Amino acid sequence: MPFEWYVALRYLREGRAQTALILAAVSVGVSVIIFLSALIDGLQASLIKQTLGSQPHVTLVAHEILARPLAPKEITAATTVERSPQPIRSIDRWQTVLDQVERVPGVLAASPAVQGPAFATRGGADEPVLVRGVDPERFLAVIDLRPKIVAGRFRVAGDGAVVGRGLAELLGVRLGDKIRLGTVDGREAMVTVAGIFDLGNKEVNERWALVSLRQAQSLFELPGGASTIELRVAEVFEAERIAGEVADLTGLEADSWMKVNAQLLVGLRSQDSSKLMIQVFVVIAVMLGIASVLIVSVVQKSREIGILRAVGTSSGRVLRIFLIEGGVVGVVGSLVGSALGTVFSLFFEHLASNPDGSPTFPVDLRPGLFLAASALATGIGLLAAVVPARRAARLDPATAIRHG
Amino acid sequence: MADAPPVCRVEGVVKDYGDGVVTRVLHGIDLELRAGELVALIGPSGSGKSTLLNIIGLLDRPTAGRVVLGGRDATGLDDAGLTALRGRTLGFIFQFHHLLPAFTATENVMLPAYAEQGFPTAAMRQRARALLEAVGLGHKLDARVTELSGGQQQRVAVARALAHEPRLVLADEPTGNLDTEAAHEVFALMRRFNRERHTTFLVVTHDGRIAERCDRVLEILDGRIRAGE
Repeated sequence: MPFEWYVALRYLREGRAQTALILAAVSVGVSVIIFLSALIDGLQASLIKQTLGSQPHVTLVAHEILARPLAPKEITAATTVERSPQPIRSIDRWQTVLDQVERVPGVLAASPAVQGPAFATRGGADEPVLVRGVDPERFLAVIDLRPKIVAGRFRVAGDGAVVGRGLAELLGVRLGDKIRLGTVDGREAMVTVAGIFDLGNKEVNERWALVSLRQAQSLFELPGGASTIELRVAEVFEAERIAGEVADLTGLEADSWMKVNAQLLVGLRSQDSSKLMIQVFVVIAVMLGIASVLIVSVVQKSREIGILRAVGTSSGRVLRIFLIEGGVVGVVGSLVGSALGTVFSLFFEHLASNPDGSPTFPVDLRPGLFLAASALATGIGLLAAVVPARRAARLDPATAIRHG
Repeated sequence: MADAPPVCRVEGVVKDYGDGVVTRVLHGIDLELRAGELVALIGPSGSGKSTLLNIIGLLDRPTAGRVVLGGRDATGLDDAGLTALRGRTLGFIFQFHHLLPAFTATENVMLPAYAEQGFPTAAMRQRARALLEAVGLGHKLDARVTELSGGQQQRVAVARALAHEPRLVLADEPTGNLDTEAAHEVFALMRRFNRERHTTFLVVTHDGRIAERCDRVLEILDGRIRAGE
């Protein structure tokens, strides 16, 4: 074993109390970092998953029709322009657009839809709904509803309809019951409930009525049309960039889930920054702990360091001895800390669970997290050892031996 | 023997301490140590003995003058150069043995060679064990130095000083902390190695009985060599 390692390991073994102290500091620090990251990442991932469970990543619609004053500006009779009510319009040549956007890199699936407001009636019950006419296969590729079906199955062909659990309760319908859908223009359609879903979102559960594309086209008088095209992308945080790309490509209005849920993203970002803050302070505290213990140990050992120097140990070797001590503590501490952090995280995850059995606080323990935490801890150990090590290397052997 | 080059030559060494108020500790020391000599360095406390020893031992730099060890001038060497020259040429025995408590007797004796070469070798271990046997500690090879008596510790220190076959061993009151019998044993060891291996010893001592058994006595007083040179 190289001399520096031999001496460093021996010193770590001899100074048990000190070694235990700094190992504990590193371990606790690493476990806090891992626990915190796993918890926050897990919560964020589940929040995003929840949000995207009922939303496409990107939605394409035709631009709004804006009313413009006919007269030139000099005539100031009307100073404000009322926004006209927006009719449901089809995207021009939507099949071509569909082909186009499907080829955009990062886009996994695209689904055309006709959607619009209507009233769902059955008996005396009358509820406002959002009718969404979809192509079943394409729709499921964008929003996979199948696991959320609680009764019946996902069948929207013909007069089949799939509604949310909330709507089914409000209307008092069961599988096989018929619902009348009516628009404000007075057109009507009769559909049969083929499936009931629960997306865990009251608004969606009470408002969505999924029907076949053809059914919606006739209901909203858009024969052969599609009012929106919805996309699923591979990397959810790329959605905004892809939305921009698709908007440029097609000339349509493209909104990503990130824009629609800006509030949520702001929340996630501030969570991220508070996580970072806590981690930075944990790192600083751990570093100060290691450095102060090592400085004490250098002071205590200054006579021994002087002897080492007197018998021919170069100051470089002395420097490396203490750097190795810091590094070894970092590595061992990160192992112990990783184990502790995992135990904390899993314990916390099992502490509370949702009615459906999924954990209330899902944790996200990725191998990358452990690698990053270990690299960080080793770095901290080395860095914290720099000051004590340099101090040791600079000791004047004669003075150190005489005055210890 | 008188014609062989000296193991150590000190020429006009001056040492000042302090920045504002300068205290001159050594006022131009000249001396020579020849191969195979066992020389005593005596003088009252504060006369500059230890300072001179540190300068010869390359643990301290002179303000003026030079130290030549084994034909090599130490003036102008950087820290690494001093460490290397020290490692090759010198062995140290201190008053309070100054062994490393975290290590065993064998490890302590191996230390200088290990520290110099960076990796341990079987030969190093062999040599350390042989030396410990030579100083009568064959039965304490793997004992922690903290488990040894004062005399035994000082014998380990002698073995360590000789481990890398230095040409000059500097001993700073090697017997100062020992009872008469242990002191006698340690001195006898130094004398034996001096005779058998032709190693030069410079022994700082307060003990007149030790001094009179040396080949030559240098007396230092107020930073000047008074006698013996």
